[in-house]
Amino acid sequence: MKRLAAALAAAWLCASGGAAVPLAGPDQTLIDGDTMPRKLSEFGLFRAGGAQLVDGVTPYGLHTPLFSDYADKARAIWMPAGTRADVDGEGRIAFPVGTVLIKSFSWAGQNQGKPVETRLLIHRKDGWAALPYVWDADGHDATLAIGGRRVPVSFTGPDGTKQAISYAVPNKNQCKECHAEAGAIVPIGPKARNLVFAPKWKAFESGRFGWPANRIAPLPRWDDPESGSVAQRARAYLDVNCAHCHNPKGSASNSGLFLRWTDDPAGVNYGIGKRPTAAGRGSGGMAFAIKPGDPDHSFLIYRLESLDPGIAMPELGRGAVHKEGAKLLREWIAQMPEGKNN
Amino acid sequence: MRFHGLSRTAYLTLAAGLLAAAPASAKTISVSANTPDANEKLQEALIMAVSGDVVELGAGTWKLTDGLSLDVANVTIRGAGTDANGSILDFSDQQGAGEGLLVTSDDVLLTNFAVLNTKGDGIKSKGADRIVYHELRVEWTAGPKETNGAYGIYPVESSDVLIDSVFVRGASDAGIYVGQSKNIVVRDSFAIENVAGIEIENSYDADVHDNIAMRNTGGILVFDLPSLPMQGGHNVRVFDNIVKDNSTPNFAPKGNIVASVPTGTGVLVMANSRVEIFDNSFEDNGTANVMIVGYRYPYKDETYQPLPRQIVVWDNVHGKAGFAPGFPGGAEMAAAMGGAIPPVLWDGSGNAIVNDDAGVLSLNLPDVQTPQSEAKPSPVDLKDSAPAPLPGITLPASMEAKVK
Repeated sequence: MKRLAAALAAAWLCASGGAAVPLAGPDQTLIDGDTMPRKLSEFGLFRAGGAQLVDGVTPYGLHTPLFSDYADKARAIWMPAGTRADVDGEGRIAFPVGTVLIKSFSWAGQNQGKPVETRLLIHRKDGWAALPYVWDADGHDATLAIGGRRVPVSFTGPDGTKQAISYAVPNKNQCKECHAEAGAIVPIGPKARNLVFAPKWKAFESGRFGWPANRIAPLPRWDDPESGSVAQRARAYLDVNCAHCHNPKGSASNSGLFLRWTDDPAGVNYGIGKRPTAAGRGSGGMAFAIKPGDPDHSFLIYRLESLDPGIAMPELGRGAVHKEGAKLLREWIAQMPEGKNN
Repeated sequence: MRFHGLSRTAYLTLAAGLLAAAPASAKTISVSANTPDANEKLQEALIMAVSGDVVELGAGTWKLTDGLSLDVANVTIRGAGTDANGSILDFSDQQGAGEGLLVTSDDVLLTNFAVLNTKGDGIKSKGADRIVYHELRVEWTAGPKETNGAYGIYPVESSDVLIDSVFVRGASDAGIYVGQSKNIVVRDSFAIENVAGIEIENSYDADVHDNIAMRNTGGILVFDLPSLPMQGGHNVRVFDNIVKDNSTPNFAPKGNIVASVPTGTGVLVMANSRVEIFDNSFEDNGTANVMIVGYRYPYKDETYQPLPRQIVVWDNVHGKAGFAPGFPGGAEMAAAMGGAIPPVLWDGSGNAIVNDDAGVLSLNLPDVQTPQSEAKPSPVDLKDSAPAPLPGITLPASMEAKVK
């Protein structure tokens, strides 16, 4: 009798993992397990046959997002019922085991705006797992691409120029290169100071998030002058686009260039008057990462405006130059009083 | 356990497996360059490998557009050779990633393959303890060009590093670069036509021996730089190397510290303590066979120590040197001294002991703030009784076993 029950349970699990069976909601057993399902639909995070989220999977936004080749990014979170995320005094969120962070990448001009890629960050009991899925051409489902892939993508940039790029879906290891903290995978985007509390999100987090006593001030929006000065917005941009590697426990720890929101923006480790370390061609013949008052002789700008893999920063996930982001950083450096250089 | 019924071979295989302490699941994953999606298959193999596995590269050439990476501990990547008929990872058309191959896990062995023409660094390992680089070729095949990648072999932030029998050519920074690491051996390797042949930077406890560094801008560099997480480089032994004809004009992108290395440098020590240079053979290094200097740039780092201290030089063989000093005022100095400056050059900062049977020229710049234009060169005798020699590096036996 016991055996029969086990067999039935197993059959039920198999069925619930199959794409053909309509799902009531996310498959928590699969989420909590240690497998890497071949098809995205197996998780039950999306409605069958497309990229519509199922009920209970909640979209969220960020004040300042990571630039990803001008992709439109749809972010969402799943937390199992009855679980809770605690936010510490610095705004870091301890998501419970069973959480899934979902990010889908699309471009208005690409396959009628259907997503090209969806990345999952799954909190399993032995840590976070990062899985990249590439959507099939018909947009019905997406397939695991642990080895990464290049996808030709065309779009019109915000300045009206048409661009055709080779978009790089990261491989599983590359996911970790950006998401690494002391060698383990951690989420980057959803920090309390960067989360946008839209109405739907408010309803979602209500009662599920434990907040610290202190208020967490929101990060400025990089492109909204109402939200902060040029310097504040530039620092928000650097925090979101660079600091996941450029921190003492990140993939660029050896560079000594640390660009977190919490780092001292006057310090040499923030790049001001900092000479290149292991930069190679990234120095562009310049002496300093940031030369106050002189963006044209600041190789931080040179690297952001390059597409050459031996020069470009970030090293991963950038097949287009973020002109508007570089413009903001240029303004910030141009405004810095000269002579701050040592 | 009973082995009745098992063949002797099976028994021995099993016993060997147990001796090697490899997990029962250890396997060889063979990949070929001559299959559809060869690049994705190779990267997938590096992701799906588990501890104890060997990823075996067949003979052939992978034309890669993206960087490869390995993040699984105790994995071997083994190719079928480093020459044209071997296993070639060709990055000439690379579109993404800062290096050709990135290793971020411990106890990895890389052996018997070639990495060519990466846009950035060749092979980088970060936080990868007990890594072994063995019988590899990393090369920019068009020779010295400023557009070549920076480092050929690039372990950083690691403890226990072995680089054995590798060939590196064409790096626009350093062919073999070990940064911010501890307990390091670089041996039996060949560095040719790089800006720096071999460089040990901001690192502790290193032996660099039995290498050939030739036709670089500078042969072997031991540096310590400010404003980095790990600094205070010390305890480095450079011995039994052949360091000759380091005459390639400096082709490093400006701004990088190696762009300041004068053409014709043999061994250059900058701002380290306890460096021993002995039993090397020097020849045809136009600036100097051995240079000992302080860090002569402005810096904002109160913990940084810019002077070379306790640098000891003995029992080296000095061939022709100093005939084309590649620093401002060098030609005039050589002319004034009968065509060549002495083979050992010291900027006058910190302290050094030179017991070689060779002349030493001091620039008499004891203070690193004094500009080089105020040099007052004069011969100097630095012979003195040397401190007890450094003990030398011992690597974990598991690492040595991998190259036996």
